[in-house]
Amino acid sequence: MVGSVMVVGGGIAGMQASLDLADSGFRVYLVDKAPTIGGVMAQLDKTFPTLDCSMCIMAPKLVATGRHHNIHLLTNADIINVEGNPGNFTVTVKMNPRFVNAEKCTGCGLCAQYCPVEAVNEYDERLTLRRGIYVDYPQAVPLVYAIDREKCIGCGLCENICQAEAIEYDQTPSEEKVNVGAIILAAGFDEFEPDTKKEYGYGRFKNVVTATEFERILSASGPFAGHVVRPSDGEIPKRIAFLQCVGSRDEKSNKYCSAVCCMYATKEAIIAKEHNPDLEATIFFMDMRTYGKGFEQFYQRAQSEYGLSYIRSRVPCIEENPETQNLLLTYETEDGTITKAEFDMVVLSVGLEPPKSSQELSTVFGVPLNDYGFLDWKIFEPLKAKEGIYACGAFSGPKDIPDTVAQASGAAAMASGVISGERGTLVEEKVYPQEIDVAEQQPRIGVFVCWCGINIGGIVNVPEVMEYASTLPNVVFVDQNLYTCSQDTQEKIKQAVEEHNLNRVVVASCTPRTHEPLFQSTIREAGLNPYLFEMTNIRDQCSWVHMHTPEEATEKAKDLVRMAVAKSNLLEPLKSSSVEVTQSGLVIGGGIAGMTAALGLAQQGFTVHLVEKEDHLGGLLRSIRFTMSGEDPQEYLATLEQSLRDHPNVHIHTGTTVERIDGYVGNFTTALSSGEEIRHGICVVAVGGQEHKPASYLYGKDERVVTQLEFEDMLSKGVKAKTVVMINCVESRDDTKEYCSRVCCSEAVKNALKLKEKNPDTNVYILYRDMRTYAFREQYYDRARENGIVFMRYDPETKPRLEKKGESLVLYAHDAALDLDFELHPDLVVLSTGVSPYDNSALSQMLKVPLDRDGFFLEAHMKLRPVDFATDGVFMAGLAHSPKFIDETISQAYGAVARACTIISKERIETEPIIAEVDEELCCGCQVCIPMCPYNARELDEEENIVKVNEVLCKGCGSCVAACPSGAAQQRHFRDNQLSSMIEAFVRR
Amino acid sequence: MYEPKIIGFLCNWCSYAAADLAGTSRIQYPSNMRAIRVMCSSRIDPEHVLRAFVNGADGVLIAGCHPGDCHYISGNYKTERKYVLMRKMLEQFGIDPRRLRLEWCSSAEGGKFAQVVTEMTEELRTLGPIQLGAGD
Ligand code: FES
Repeated sequence: MVGSVMVVGGGIAGMQASLDLADSGFRVYLVDKAPTIGGVMAQLDKTFPTLDCSMCIMAPKLVATGRHHNIHLLTNADIINVEGNPGNFTVTVKMNPRFVNAEKCTGCGLCAQYCPVEAVNEYDERLTLRRGIYVDYPQAVPLVYAIDREKCIGCGLCENICQAEAIEYDQTPSEEKVNVGAIILAAGFDEFEPDTKKEYGYGRFKNVVTATEFERILSASGPFAGHVVRPSDGEIPKRIAFLQCVGSRDEKSNKYCSAVCCMYATKEAIIAKEHNPDLEATIFFMDMRTYGKGFEQFYQRAQSEYGLSYIRSRVPCIEENPETQNLLLTYETEDGTITKAEFDMVVLSVGLEPPKSSQELSTVFGVPLNDYGFLDWKIFEPLKAKEGIYACGAFSGPKDIPDTVAQASGAAAMASGVISGERGTLVEEKVYPQEIDVAEQQPRIGVFVCWCGINIGGIVNVPEVMEYASTLPNVVFVDQNLYTCSQDTQEKIKQAVEEHNLNRVVVASCTPRTHEPLFQSTIREAGLNPYLFEMTNIRDQCSWVHMHTPEEATEKAKDLVRMAVAKSNLLEPLKSSSVEVTQSGLVIGGGIAGMTAALGLAQQGFTVHLVEKEDHLGGLLRSIRFTMSGEDPQEYLATLEQSLRDHPNVHIHTGTTVERIDGYVGNFTTALSSGEEIRHGICVVAVGGQEHKPASYLYGKDERVVTQLEFEDMLSKGVKAKTVVMINCVESRDDTKEYCSRVCCSEAVKNALKLKEKNPDTNVYILYRDMRTYAFREQYYDRARENGIVFMRYDPETKPRLEKKGESLVLYAHDAALDLDFELHPDLVVLSTGVSPYDNSALSQMLKVPLDRDGFFLEAHMKLRPVDFATDGVFMAGLAHSPKFIDETISQAYGAVARACTIISKERIETEPIIAEVDEELCCGCQVCIPMCPYNARELDEEENIVKVNEVLCKGCGSCVAACPSGAAQQRHFRDNQLSSMIEAFVRR
Repeated sequence: MYEPKIIGFLCNWCSYAAADLAGTSRIQYPSNMRAIRVMCSSRIDPEHVLRAFVNGADGVLIAGCHPGDCHYISGNYKTERKYVLMRKMLEQFGIDPRRLRLEWCSSAEGGKFAQVVTEMTEELRTLGPIQLGAGD
């Protein structure tokens, strides 16, 4: 067994899986075909449904992945061979040359400015040009340039200009053999290429673009700097049409649904509207599939607040007016009416296809693909490709970012489950020398000013800045460097610290966001506390933005150095304290989510307590009789329960509830109703949800009206009925429950198919609003129609009515598609009522974690932290979070396991050094600060009447400090006097 | 010519990144602002703003993440509330509240950041140097 994992694909899935593994004691090799990691998310402008800026939320993960000492990036690389068995694979990786020495390149970008060659910019979806030597985007990780050898003319300009001597034209491919215990495939997806769809004119008509192209157009860092203009003439479009299902749900291209396009189109239309409020945005669609958490509400707001128009129609065909280059759409609505409408621009909502490499990956790794070319998986093993090899994200089917991230964590848990015994064997901890005690010392500051090749030095007069720095108080050493970040300069800095007894270091160079950790580590190697370092940015925020005013830039650089030195004088060493971790878990809820999480934690080697309020395990899964793909849920449940009961690490507490939870991450104590007290380091909330019991459609008044789950139970015993009518969206997507319950459309299809299979003569009707059989579930919807199940769409304004006439039931329905009234005489009416949360208020208070508007638990971040709470050490999975399918629940439960392992795999957790503190002398106990803290890290000590900071929970934002009226609260490293010193250093001369 | 001095408090996660991106994109703007990096815009308290003006700053910019994007969940909402208060406070001190500006810049908005600094510099040029106690 080998304590390392290979992750293939460096998009958001690959990064998340790598971080979770690396943070829980495993070495990771992250392989990407491209020269940089980041994947598709790096191209997005914003993300739905919160409209978060994509780069903003992803950049911290990019940096963390790039910097993690247990993650080894292998970019520009292909996998060519895999040998061995689970626990011990040998993977041969071909490293393609980038013609730039990754060790030497500082990412300064000078080469690209001088490169005379232009090439199509793929990152900008071919809407702009880049240079022959390039990085995809400024935040790229690793920030190492690459030469596009197909375009390169070999002029040698870059080689001449690069002062780091990083250009290596003669690099050749090399091979590397990597030994790993498990493998995760996170190869992502490729987009459907609409060129084949002649009727849309893509490629012929300039103003027809794909959604990803439009995403770049929307982006502030995109081809038009965030101005929404159309490609043909740079005019602002006043009418934009979005065409859904291009390359999805289509006999001729891809039959499956791409699962994300309805939402991304709505998002793009909203953003475009925000750019230009007069814009008319129209979305042409077949079914609006806004099925995820918060999606339906987003769709409703898109109409009511933003005034987007949605037209249900077949995908239109497009003609261009050659004069105006406007686009004429011809579309057919459900009733057969054909309409023409003109638009200035058309966005094609192109579907997701398997990655181009999928066949190759399948062959090399010996993993199965499904009919569509995505990775094949089983409903109860959604993350497994085969023994020892796991998959996550869009490679196993189209999915959105939160599902992808949950799966990525889940795959990390599966992979590490195989090699849990090897935890910690291959990770490296850096050892630093004993820290010099500077407490009694007068500050002795060393200032290093960087030329950054000519990036800084070409504009800012570096020698002058250096000269100036030497006149500042307590500065005893100054130096200038060609590249302060280069390896040899680190040695120079260390030497200077030693020779001149420096106890503070200031670097004036590029941005601390990427380079501070490097310099901090350097001074640590020289025996200084890393917080005795201060950095100021005279490149990105000075020489690069004042290129035409070198004198002003030099003045500014001097000011910035003076400000940094002023703060440096007041810096103090910071230590993170550490607290012991109880290396065990508590899982609340014994349904499929909780059972899976408990087993996952146990397999990782940790003791786990599983608490279930009922007398038996299984939760809602006990009521599921069939799956769409034909497995037996009860058999699976029995096996799962047996594995739990057999596992020595698992303690099952059925018929038990949680009475009280005290403590915080790493150290919780929970009192159970049984009187037992449990100590645990993490907690997984998996309390599940329930089928909503409706008050309408004679439910409870006539026994011929049942819910889907009740019907499923009847089906397993045998149903006698000539006509069965199913009604979807009962008390969903309306005033009772605003949200969509995600699973009901597919459940209805599943049960209808089962009924037809058992009783082929029964007439089955499904009355629906939008059929939301997303992703591969579309095939069952197709099959249902083939099997004669009648689908009839109704509008919320004209809902079906059910009445009892004599002894029989009569259903009045208005078919919205045909605009016709119908009367049906069902023997049985089945209501799809959706999922409701339990009353979670007590638990939410005990754990101090929030609920959303609908009563489900609210995650820390909708996109990137789908199984975490904002409160550290508490995680969630399953229906407690939102309605979802079994496979999604299992993925999420494993996701919670991986996230939990990042904590309980450690004996101690370190607190953040930059956190808030309270001067007990000054605190008057007014408690103004307490509600300011979003992490519940502040608490009143009632005895002493002062507020205390829980150092483990504090994240160091400083909002409490700003609120403190007495100055008792301070933020380390950003103390009032430190900030003031900078202010004064600038303005007071 | 009179050149205003501007202090810019930039949060680490979005607005500081926006300022960096303006640089990587080589978008040019006037050199009047000096940035002070803080972890979150909510760290800024009225005292810092006042101290800046009292010591002779002609303008103060506070920049944070867009609403909903704060790295610390809700810091920028708190900043927004304080901003309203700070403007009132400035008026009471006889300082033109236009000298203080709050802006949201995402890490993809290098252009916006440059524009904000440009606009602010221009506005302060017309407002002239700060004169405490002289009706400014
Ligand atoms: S982190 Fe940017 S405003 Fe809070």
